[in-house]
Amino acid sequence: MPAYLPQKMLEWFPWLASEFFVLYVWPVVGISLAILALVVPLIVAMAYLTYAERKVLAAMQLRQGPMMVGPFGLLQPLADGLKLLGKETIIPRGANRFIFVMAPMLTFMLALVAWAVIPVNAGWVLADINVGILYLFAISSLGVYGILMAGWASNSRYAFLGGLRSAAQMVSYEVSIGLVLVTVLLTTGSLNLTDIVMAERPFWVDLLLFPMFIVFVISALAETNRAPFDLPEGESELVGGYNVEYSSMTFALFFLGEYMNMILMSGMTAVLFMGGWLPPFGIEALAAVPGVIWFALKVCFVLFIFLWARATLPRYRYDQLMRLGWKVFLPLTLLWVVVVAGALLYNNALPGME
Amino acid sequence: MIEAIFFYAFAAVLLLSAVMVISARNPVHSVLFLILAFFNAAGLFVMLGAEFIAMILVIVYVGAVAVLFLFVVMMLDIDFNELRRGMKQSAPIGALVGGILLGEFVWMYLTWPELAPDMQEKISQPMPHAEAVSNTHALGRILYTDYVYLFQLAGLILLVAMIGAIVLTLRSRPGLRRQSVSAQVSRNPKDVLKVEKISTGSGVS
Repeated sequence: MPAYLPQKMLEWFPWLASEFFVLYVWPVVGISLAILALVVPLIVAMAYLTYAERKVLAAMQLRQGPMMVGPFGLLQPLADGLKLLGKETIIPRGANRFIFVMAPMLTFMLALVAWAVIPVNAGWVLADINVGILYLFAISSLGVYGILMAGWASNSRYAFLGGLRSAAQMVSYEVSIGLVLVTVLLTTGSLNLTDIVMAERPFWVDLLLFPMFIVFVISALAETNRAPFDLPEGESELVGGYNVEYSSMTFALFFLGEYMNMILMSGMTAVLFMGGWLPPFGIEALAAVPGVIWFALKVCFVLFIFLWARATLPRYRYDQLMRLGWKVFLPLTLLWVVVVAGALLYNNALPGME
Repeated sequence: MIEAIFFYAFAAVLLLSAVMVISARNPVHSVLFLILAFFNAAGLFVMLGAEFIAMILVIVYVGAVAVLFLFVVMMLDIDFNELRRGMKQSAPIGALVGGILLGEFVWMYLTWPELAPDMQEKISQPMPHAEAVSNTHALGRILYTDYVYLFQLAGLILLVAMIGAIVLTLRSRPGLRRQSVSAQVSRNPKDVLKVEKISTGSGVS
């Protein structure tokens, strides 16, 4: 029986302390509350990421951005959400209904479940599993299914082409992401994300990892189908890509799933390369600020790179995209795995070697 | 009790989706059911405590292999009547192969103690506690020490398969114009641009 329930309540409802409740109901309630405590801030962050994107894009193009709804347009995301809720859900006649409706749900769900293993502060993690990084990699490699299913089930050529492009693109960049993860693992010696954050790396190892940080951020752009790699939804040639046939909430789920994936990739970058919830550059004086705030700031920094890239760079051509993935990133990361492993071995700095 | 419920749920969905893989009419549905089957198999691995294998199963089979399956199957134009006619002819062969496999399994199950006499002893050995050594460490210790040659051999086989696939599909088509970035960058405006003053009505020669 959890101690936090008042004694009075137990006298009135003695069944609250029964074996069934203690063994099964209270743990489920506790886990659900923990999940809510993670998901609600995430969803708010996602809503305001759409606002931040429009404001950042506007500032870079010398415009105002949303400014009419609420002070500084701060209520714009809510207004957009209400508008999308009020629209009619249209399912095309030739579409495969079940898969058509499943695809956006899958996309959104996958973006959320990955957060289960990301530590936002010391010990603040839903599932502190041993293979956390593999779990993240597995979940992010599933993201392609939502898009592929949407493209196929829509029964539309534009959507289908968008889905195929996206599948090829995500599979290509996953390879380099996997190799980047391997280099990070080499320096930390653990697959657990909390251990990765806490791992003490000498300065030269951080320096060695910097190129991998850049490769990871670029691959994250490609993996989340963001500009300049947003070919799957290339408006100019595919009308709107895999989500042409979607409307209302089904569209909103795709849209929000994309933003959730961006936050997830930024969270991964923060955990792998930027020390998660620890204060930046190991400055002791900054440790007074709670770790969650550092984590959020680091995520915001990477998210800003996402928005910045969108405002600055033109879209890649398809063959250039494939060339970058297979002929530049794959050899580079493969070489870097060897270089990092060799350097660690030479300096006797491999974790678990001493 | 919870374990039992989860085990039967995973196992039931796994078997049902495996049946659906071969009985679904639409090949895309088949592949999606195959993915569901992989997922439930991964769930069973997690329940066994083999978290590393579970994750690798999802990453390799669901994240990479099945994506390519789906990719190809979605683009195929399949005539179902044609397929059904072919099925009648190949059904006896399929049944024969399946029967042989089943027979082998039954034979192995019955003669297991004689086939692998030291297996019983290995099973009865106490395993290190999951907290003491993680799955990944345990696998790494075995793969890179006792079985390092076999591991390298497996890698070589995959390499040969990869090179084979590339050799089979690589063809140099003449008359294709490809982008050469270095050529583009090293182009000098002086060599490729010519500015001419043309008087009105004379045209360019």
